[in-house]
Amino acid sequence: MEIRPILASLRKHRIPAMLIVLEIALACAVLCNAVFMIGQRLDDIGWPNAIDEQGISVVSVNGADPKLAASDIPRDLAALRGIAGVTAAAAATSMPLDRNPALSSFTTTPDGKTTVNTSIYFLGSGGEQALGLRLLEGRFFNADEYADSGFKDFNSTGHVMLVTQRDAQRLWPGQDALGKTLYTNGNSWTVVGVIADVLAQDPNFSGPGGRYSSVFFPLHPDGVMGDYVLRSAPQDRARVLREARRALGRLEVGAVVDGATYAGMRGDYFADARSMVWMLLLVCVVMLAVTAFGIVGLTSFWVGQRRRQIGIRRAVGATRSHILQYFQTENFLLGTAGVVLGMVLAFGINLYLMQSYEIARMPWYYLPVSAVAMWVLGQLSVLAPALRASNVPPVVATRSV
Amino acid sequence: MFGYYFDLALRSLKRNKALTALMVLAIALGIGASMTTLTVLHVLSGDPLPGRSGSLYYPQIDPRESQGYLPGKTDPMDQMTWIDGMNLLQAKRADQQALMTGGSVAVQPDNSTLDPFYQTARYTTSGFFPMFGVPFEYGHGWGDAEDDAHARVAVISSQFNDKVFGGGDSTGKTLRLDGEAFRVVGVIGDWNPNPHFYDLNRKSYNENEGVFVPLSTSQDLGMIHDGSVNCWGNGGGGNTPDHNSPCVWLQFWVQLDSPSKAAAYKEFLVNYSAQQKALGRFGRPPNVQLRNVMQWLDYNMVVPDDVRLQTGLAFGFLLVCLVNTVGLMLAKFLRRAGELGVRRALGASRSALFAQLLVESGVVGLVGGMGGLLLALIGLWLVRRQPAEYAPLAHLDPVMLLITFLLALGASLLAGLLPAWRACQVTPALQLKSN
Repeated sequence: MEIRPILASLRKHRIPAMLIVLEIALACAVLCNAVFMIGQRLDDIGWPNAIDEQGISVVSVNGADPKLAASDIPRDLAALRGIAGVTAAAAATSMPLDRNPALSSFTTTPDGKTTVNTSIYFLGSGGEQALGLRLLEGRFFNADEYADSGFKDFNSTGHVMLVTQRDAQRLWPGQDALGKTLYTNGNSWTVVGVIADVLAQDPNFSGPGGRYSSVFFPLHPDGVMGDYVLRSAPQDRARVLREARRALGRLEVGAVVDGATYAGMRGDYFADARSMVWMLLLVCVVMLAVTAFGIVGLTSFWVGQRRRQIGIRRAVGATRSHILQYFQTENFLLGTAGVVLGMVLAFGINLYLMQSYEIARMPWYYLPVSAVAMWVLGQLSVLAPALRASNVPPVVATRSV
Repeated sequence: MFGYYFDLALRSLKRNKALTALMVLAIALGIGASMTTLTVLHVLSGDPLPGRSGSLYYPQIDPRESQGYLPGKTDPMDQMTWIDGMNLLQAKRADQQALMTGGSVAVQPDNSTLDPFYQTARYTTSGFFPMFGVPFEYGHGWGDAEDDAHARVAVISSQFNDKVFGGGDSTGKTLRLDGEAFRVVGVIGDWNPNPHFYDLNRKSYNENEGVFVPLSTSQDLGMIHDGSVNCWGNGGGGNTPDHNSPCVWLQFWVQLDSPSKAAAYKEFLVNYSAQQKALGRFGRPPNVQLRNVMQWLDYNMVVPDDVRLQTGLAFGFLLVCLVNTVGLMLAKFLRRAGELGVRRALGASRSALFAQLLVESGVVGLVGGMGGLLLALIGLWLVRRQPAEYAPLAHLDPVMLLITFLLALGASLLAGLLPAWRACQVTPALQLKSN
């Protein structure tokens, strides 16, 4: 296809040509960034979490008398373990993704200056099994370590801990964490086990570095434990949760008992991200539709204006496919200009967003992918008007409109 | 003349329905999307106490040790320690002042159909009610005497009143909180400041505190504290810190009726910090801030980033829609070159033609604006069904309604400028000849 006549004709219709280029460029820039944001949110929603997410239910008890915890918690747990289908039950202070961040800063030397902020969890006896923690190295807690470990000033009075793999790498890069010691305010703990990565209570609050930095302490029954973690087969979850709430409601008179499956808690945590994804998708789809209709409208007008021209070309020997190709090539040229401009614009918007918001740099491949999408969109929208143009009969040339 | 142009516009728009519908739809979609997000942004960044917020200030001081202090760079603490809060409260240097913090209380209703439940609460000194201009449906707040006497009195919200007492004048009734009997002294009327400016540590929006009790009483009874606790040095931690520990967990607000009073109060905070440093309690030189409500909200960046991003995105979308409309209008106006040529030949000036075409784009904008309004209402309805904490607040107000139409009209006139100018360049003779 000869390009020069197309360029010559575009030069005569500068304003409509520029409008199409601008429209494609803007749509491309917005599309790139929106799709990138969608990708980021979907990444967040899919964060792995090395606990038995599908099998866990959590029942929380608020307002029980903390002084009676030492006797109440074993009694409650005995009742919970008696529910058919419960394979493990334990008390805990908090759960991953429960939005109540509990962070403490640790150092790797007794007088260290650089502290690492880590999410802390306290587990009652059997907590490792109830959560379904995955041990990578070392061992879980021994029974006497549970009995010895209390809670004072937000700290564990025991001397052992489990760390997640990510936290171990953060604290002792390139070294084996097992047997190492962590310090804070004159207390120290020895790492007895390294476990697969468990999310923080509020990963968005902890930030990217602290997302998987978690440590676990053993704890004998204590008033700070508000959560009962129940593990069962996924199909038993709903029934187990119902029965557990009923049982605790009977045992803890006057306390507020609440419960949820862990899958439900995870869904709640990411509900905002999910609704943002839907909104971004909606905007993208509508924007592409508007752009497509705009191209259809302008090209139709163009075809209408050039009926006589097309007729003359047909009369002097151009075939239908020549005419079709003419409009397709023209759209391809405009699309290319728009896409190039759009990619520059998309990159600029991303730079601005990186400065003003917590947004990462867009990987380069988003640009060509959106470019191809805009090209395809352009070709699809030009098809109908171009076909109409190719159907202009040669006889038009002989009529004076 | 305007009426005539209006009539011409309607005729012309009717002639090519598909093109007109496309233009109206593009404007409506752009306006609908941007007005939905703009309304949410407007609601979230609004003034929680119009008329009052300018004279309410949040004093910040820095009682930490000298370690880690960078002069001019380190921000003072976001909350107060018990000791500083009490000192500043008792100094009574402002027109009004209140020291407060958030919590939750177990409510044990007498009425047996209701199970015990937890209610978010505020523990505050008496200045809270007059300073924030809290309206009362029944009764009133408590006074300094009740604060000093650690009295068992409570003020409740009207929703809470409906839930527990079934509405009506509940002053004088007994309310059981954390196992203790409290006397209800007041029921708050319709008051729900958004953002929840006086304590941003929990939810920033739509936080409904049902119960207010004196701070002194809450401390006597060891009521649960909810919110952020920030400790340093040998501060222990825990959710309800000891009164002498180096932890901040209280909010202190003051009312200062004139800028000169605000300046004097800041001076007082500097002197107080210097005095505490001399006493050895503060490790840092005076590091104070005195922000009013809107400055405090700005400083805390309460509006979620997602909402700003959505607004930006929606305006990007509006821009795409506008460029699209410019293109379609250009096509429409240029197709009528013949008609415009005739008008020119009959004596209409270029500016008359220009005005006629702008009226036409204005009509498109107006209809598009109405469509946009409809879409924005649907959009806001969708936003209200979202799980976000601010979602229930997303309602259109008269200001935003007006802005919708101005934006639609302005956008379509802007979109009409280039095509109208281009169409006015027709040479009448050429157009007449070729027809």
